[in-house]
Amino acid sequence: MYNQLTSRDVEALKSIVGSNNVWQGEEISPDYAHDELGGIAHMPDVLVRAESTEQVSAIMKLAYENNIPVTVRGSGTGLVGAAVAICGGIMLETTKMNKILSLDKENLTVTVEPGVLLMELSAFVEENDLFYPPDPGEKSATIGGNISTNAGGMRAVKYGVTRDYVRSLTVVMPNGEVLTLGANVAKNSSGYSLKDLVIGSEGTLCIITEATLRLLPLPKVTVSLLVPFPSVKSAIEAVPKIICSKVIPTAIEYMSRDTILFSESYLGKKFPDTKNDAYILLTFDGSTEAQVEADMSVVAKLCLEIGALDAYIVDTEERKKSVWSARGAFLEAIKASTTEMDECDVVVPRSQIDAFITFTHDLADEMGIRIPSFGHAGDGNLHIYICRDDLSEQEWQEKLTTCFARMYQKALEMGGLVSGEHGIGYAKKGYLKDQLGDTPITLMQGIKSVFDPKHILNPGKVCF
Amino acid sequence: MDILVCIKQVPGSSQVEVDPVTGVLKRSGVQSKMNPYDLYAIEMALQLTEQYGGCVKCVTMGPPQAKAEMVEAICMDAESGTVLSDRKFAGVDVLATAYTLSQGIKACGEFDLVICGKQTTDGDTAQVGAEVAEYLGVPNVSNVLSVMAVEPDSIVLTAALDNKTVSERVSLPCLISVDGDINTPRLPSFKVKQSIDEGKIHFLSFADFADQDESHYGLAGSATQVERIFPPEKNTQKQDIPGNATEQAKALCDLLCQLKML
Repeated sequence: MYNQLTSRDVEALKSIVGSNNVWQGEEISPDYAHDELGGIAHMPDVLVRAESTEQVSAIMKLAYENNIPVTVRGSGTGLVGAAVAICGGIMLETTKMNKILSLDKENLTVTVEPGVLLMELSAFVEENDLFYPPDPGEKSATIGGNISTNAGGMRAVKYGVTRDYVRSLTVVMPNGEVLTLGANVAKNSSGYSLKDLVIGSEGTLCIITEATLRLLPLPKVTVSLLVPFPSVKSAIEAVPKIICSKVIPTAIEYMSRDTILFSESYLGKKFPDTKNDAYILLTFDGSTEAQVEADMSVVAKLCLEIGALDAYIVDTEERKKSVWSARGAFLEAIKASTTEMDECDVVVPRSQIDAFITFTHDLADEMGIRIPSFGHAGDGNLHIYICRDDLSEQEWQEKLTTCFARMYQKALEMGGLVSGEHGIGYAKKGYLKDQLGDTPITLMQGIKSVFDPKHILNPGKVCF
Repeated sequence: MDILVCIKQVPGSSQVEVDPVTGVLKRSGVQSKMNPYDLYAIEMALQLTEQYGGCVKCVTMGPPQAKAEMVEAICMDAESGTVLSDRKFAGVDVLATAYTLSQGIKACGEFDLVICGKQTTDGDTAQVGAEVAEYLGVPNVSNVLSVMAVEPDSIVLTAALDNKTVSERVSLPCLISVDGDINTPRLPSFKVKQSIDEGKIHFLSFADFADQDESHYGLAGSATQVERIFPPEKNTQKQDIPGNATEQAKALCDLLCQLKML
């Protein structure tokens, strides 16, 4: 179906980006065969590191004319195999397109290249007293990757997700044409929102080479509360009640003692409190100390009324670090606690979060398998990990398949969806098809074919 | 074992501006917090009393607003807090601070052990603990990492020297300054804060001290004067290290050695 890359193609690529930005065969690090968790590995035939929109455009013209598949990759921190070149061909890496191009203080926007890391972006805007709210745990992800998966993160409860902060995108189409989608405007009713189709399309429609992002004034005060509960059940049952309090925390994270202990041993650093079975970690932000304190007090008092054992105040940089660094390491810590694992990034209506976590605990008991979870309890998006531990390959595959099927089925019954923020990529395609049914998938396939008639961009992903 | 922990209120952020004319830190309008190094001292004190019995009390010297740090210490489980506050103490240097604290500590009662943080994040001298010990006439150990054993008249502890760890037995009462990062300090409790007993916070002033010679306190008692305070220069210089992973690692290692960071 696709053409094999020829030495002439490789020479052409070298003439576009320079021979020091092209790697072939064994020159390519095995890391480029996989992402962080997708369960799929395949090497590209050639790795190309682009430095400009013009270079990306020239590469796509070459790939389009010669029918060569192209898979775009940022930092490779994805979890569903979206950036794996499953058909080989060209891997186009954007990490060298990492310039912050401009800060527009009148429109409160920043324009960046796709390879800028999330941590670089937040540090830059915060130095300017501004704030980019999306806050996924993986800070070394690129902003291009974040846009491509419509990444969410911990602050979604109050501030929404990446999509809510993208004003416009410069993209390169599969045939090399360069377009600007959207504009630096606060409102837009101008036809179909192509920009929004591209957000979350996981590199299947076009290649993002520039993004203009909306910023907010930096909140002056941020305080977290670590609320211990006597049981996992009482902790998760508190979440819908906190939401009902009408105070909107920036984040509501749920964590069990087991997960915290994995994190302690992974980081070699003690968490401030591990005496209790489960914790809810809440954050509040605002422009004045009095306002944040008032919000915090309302929720702290509510938590104490509904069975919390205390509410610990996390108010200084040092305290925030001691708590949030552990939270940031949960994924890696669970990974280190087992032989192999797979992840379910399901999202359910917020009112159902307690019922869903209880369901996963019952499922773990029934199946005799460990299913630790943590996550954004406040926005209904959970990260649930199925751990292999000592299971044989056959047992593992059987149990994994059953657990996934049961969890996605349950999420569907509750009105939820397959992925809250990690995307579909390669690993979750089957579940997406099962859940959406024929017509939505056919619509998605149609959209893909309009953008990319030759299907050369990230083939075999999302809806194909 | 009864323990007294010395605490200081410091600016809440490291981004504190210096008044270019007076050379003094601009503290007004800046949020304050407990000196982060003192948190390790409180945690060590609480762990020791949990294991060996006794009580933890805290003391701070500063304006009346420093009461907030005593509230925080009580929310972390300290029994009570004392604020040493008097206009006569204003403008002190390290020496006069240490002397005032030693007078305050004597006025607070008898203690088996006084624990200080290694240093403060605003003054950064790391001298106050040792000087307080001198004025109290008790032994002192700095950079303490852990207390291994508590005996009736002494404690056994480990302390960090430049590239060694020493184990020492020190007779009680004594004063120790603890290193940073030796434990994870517990978080203050909202539950305690909500219903704090104001009677647990005491204020002492010059009038409560045994030494009534004013020339030992404040500016008059200070042996040094600050000539200039300036923020350290920020360096955002970047350097690309070329080569493969092995070459890059070696080059980075060499560079860090050259900069005396390794």
